[in-house]
Amino acid sequence: MEKILFKHIDTPDQNKIETYMANGGYTALPKALKEYKPEELVEMVKKSGLRGRGGAGFPAGVKWSFLPKGTDRPVYLIVNADESEPGTFKDRQLLEYDPHQTLEGTIISAYAINCHDAFIYFRGEFAYAAKVMERCIEEATEKGFIGKNILDSGYDLNVHIFRGGGAYICGEETSLMESIEGWRALSRQKPPFPAGEGLWRCPTIINNVETLSNVPHIVNKGAEWFASIGTEKSTGTKIYCLSGHVNRPGNYELEMGVNLKELIYEYGGGILDDRPLKAVIPGGSSTPVLKADEIDVKMDFESLAAKGTMLGSAGVIVMHDGTCMVSALHRLIHFYEHESCGKCTPCREGTNWMQKILTRMIRGEGKPEDVDLLFDIASNVIGNTVCPLGDAAAMPVMSFVEKFRDEFDNICNGGKPKGTLKFPFK
Amino acid sequence: MLISEETRKKLAELKDKYPTRQASIMPALHLVFDEFGYLGVEQLDEAADIIGVSRLDMNETASFYTLFPKQKVGKYLIQVCTNLSCALMGADNLVEYLEEKLGIKLGETTPDGIFTLWNVECLGSCGTAPMMQVNDEYYEDLTREKVDELIENWRKGEGS
Ligand SMILES: Cc1cc2nc3c(=O)[nH]c(=O)nc-3n(C[C@H](O)[C@H](O)[C@H](O)COP(=O)(O)O)c2cc1C
Ligand code: FES
Repeated sequence: MEKILFKHIDTPDQNKIETYMANGGYTALPKALKEYKPEELVEMVKKSGLRGRGGAGFPAGVKWSFLPKGTDRPVYLIVNADESEPGTFKDRQLLEYDPHQTLEGTIISAYAINCHDAFIYFRGEFAYAAKVMERCIEEATEKGFIGKNILDSGYDLNVHIFRGGGAYICGEETSLMESIEGWRALSRQKPPFPAGEGLWRCPTIINNVETLSNVPHIVNKGAEWFASIGTEKSTGTKIYCLSGHVNRPGNYELEMGVNLKELIYEYGGGILDDRPLKAVIPGGSSTPVLKADEIDVKMDFESLAAKGTMLGSAGVIVMHDGTCMVSALHRLIHFYEHESCGKCTPCREGTNWMQKILTRMIRGEGKPEDVDLLFDIASNVIGNTVCPLGDAAAMPVMSFVEKFRDEFDNICNGGKPKGTLKFPFK
Repeated sequence: MLISEETRKKLAELKDKYPTRQASIMPALHLVFDEFGYLGVEQLDEAADIIGVSRLDMNETASFYTLFPKQKVGKYLIQVCTNLSCALMGADNLVEYLEEKLGIKLGETTPDGIFTLWNVECLGSCGTAPMMQVNDEYYEDLTREKVDELIENWRKGEGS
C-alpha cells in the first residue's frame, strides 16, 4: 500500500516549505480555492468517508455540515494537537516531520467552513513542534498561502498557535475551548455542541491533526480514491501507534482494517524476548483491553466495536505474560485521577476512589470485596459524567477486572503482584 | 518589578490580540514560564496587570495547569514518564537509577539547585520508551549509559 500521510515522513527537511512543495505540497490549496466552492469541499470530504482520528471517529464532512448556514458570527476552526491519550504518539510525528501537510489541510478545511481564524492547540509539552509550526506559518504567509486574499481568491485566513499547560482534559473539545478562552479547562455540558456554540460561543469545528492532514490528499486525488482505501465504513489509512512489549515499537501507517495480530507480529516484529502475549489495549489507554486470544480482529471502527472495544486513537499497547494487570491498571487510573478536571462528582470522586482501591491492592492491603467494589464504582461512573473522561477511566477498569479477574482476586487474597512494575506512586 | 522589559513588551502585545483579554492568559503563562522556569504569584500578578485581566483570574487559571511549576525548581527539571507504555519498558528502573545518581527522591531538588526530579504522565512518546523530558527537550529510548552521559554533560556545564 502506498503511504499517504507518512509518504515523506523520513524525507530530510520535509518540514521546510521548499522541500514540502518540491514533493507536491501546496498543490491542493490552489486547486481547492480555484475549482471548488466551500460547500463543494464539505460534500467532497463527506463523500470520502473521512472519520475523525482523535478518538470518536465522527465523519468529518458531516460535522462540518452541522455549522449554521449563513451565520453572521465568526466561525472558528480548531486543530486538536493536544495528543495526550496514553499510548498515542502519531500527531507529534506528523507535526515535527511534515507540518506543512497539516497546515495545508487546515487552510483548506478553514476555507471549506468559511472560517477566517484557525487555532492550532498544541499540548504544552510539544514545545518543539509548536516552534516548527510557528516557522511554517511564517513560510506559508510569505508565499501567500495564509493572510489576506490568499492566492487572489479573495479568501482571508489567520492561523494562531495556542499552547496548553499539561492537562489531558484539554484534548476534550469543550475543555480545549475553555483553555483557549483563558480559563481552567473544565468541560462544558453538551448540547450546545461546538458547531453551534463553541469558542467564544461562536460556531466552531474541532478536528484532530491526523484528520485534517488527510484533506489535501482528498482534494488532490478525489473522494472516490480515498473511499476505496480501507474498509467500507472506515476509509483511508490510519496511523497505528505501537508501544509496550513489542520488538519494533513505533508508528505504522497502514490501511484501515489491518489485522491486529499482523500489526503486532509482522509490523511490530512480535513480542519482546519472544514471550507469550497476555493483553493488548487497542486504541489508547481509554479503550477496553483485549486478551491474547482476542487479537484476531481488524483494526477499524466497526470491527473493534463488535469486539466490545474501540479504535479510539489507535494507540496499541502490548503487554506480555510478565505484566501484572493490577499494577498496569493502577498506572492508568493514577493518570485519570490526576487528569480529571474536577467539575463533576462521579468523575472527580470516582477516579479518586478507584485510584485508592488500586493503590491498596498493589500494596498488598486489598480486601477480597475490593474487586467487586472497584467494578461497581466504575459502572456507576460510566455514562454519568459531563464529558467522556469518566467513561475513559471506567472502561479500562471494567474490562481489566472482567477479563483478568483471577489476578485481582489473587492480590486481594494475600497474593503478590507478579510483574515488573514497581512503585505504587502515591 | 520582576518581569524583564522584553517579556513585558511581549505581554503588552497580547493584550488586545484576541476577542477577550482573558484569552491572552495561556500565552502569557508561557511567556512568564519561559523567563522564570516557574510561575510565582508575584510574577502572575504583574503579568495580569499588563494584559489587563484580574489577578485572581490569572492565578486561578495558572493553578490548573501542571506544566508550570509554582515554585522555583532546579535548573534542569527532569520529568520521567511513568505512564503505562513507559512503565512496561522500564521507567521505574529509570526513576530508581536517577534517584540513586542524583541522591534525591522523586519530587526533590538537589541541594545545589541544579536538578529536580519528577515523574509525569504520558508525554506522547510511548514508542521510544522509556523517556524523559528535561526542560523543553525530549530524551528517548533511554539506557543507563545515555543517562550517565546526559547527567555528566549537564554537571560539566555547571563546572562541578
Ligand atoms: C478526555 C478526552 C481527551 C481527548 N483528547 C484528545 C486529543 O488529545 N486529541 C484529539 O484530537 N482528540 C481528543 N479527544 C477528542 C476530542 O474531544 C474531539 O472529539 C476531537 O478532537 C475531534 O476531532 P476528530 O473528529 O477529527 O477526531 C479527547 C476526548 C476526550 C473525552
Ligand atoms: S507512556 Fe510514556 S510517553 Fe506515553
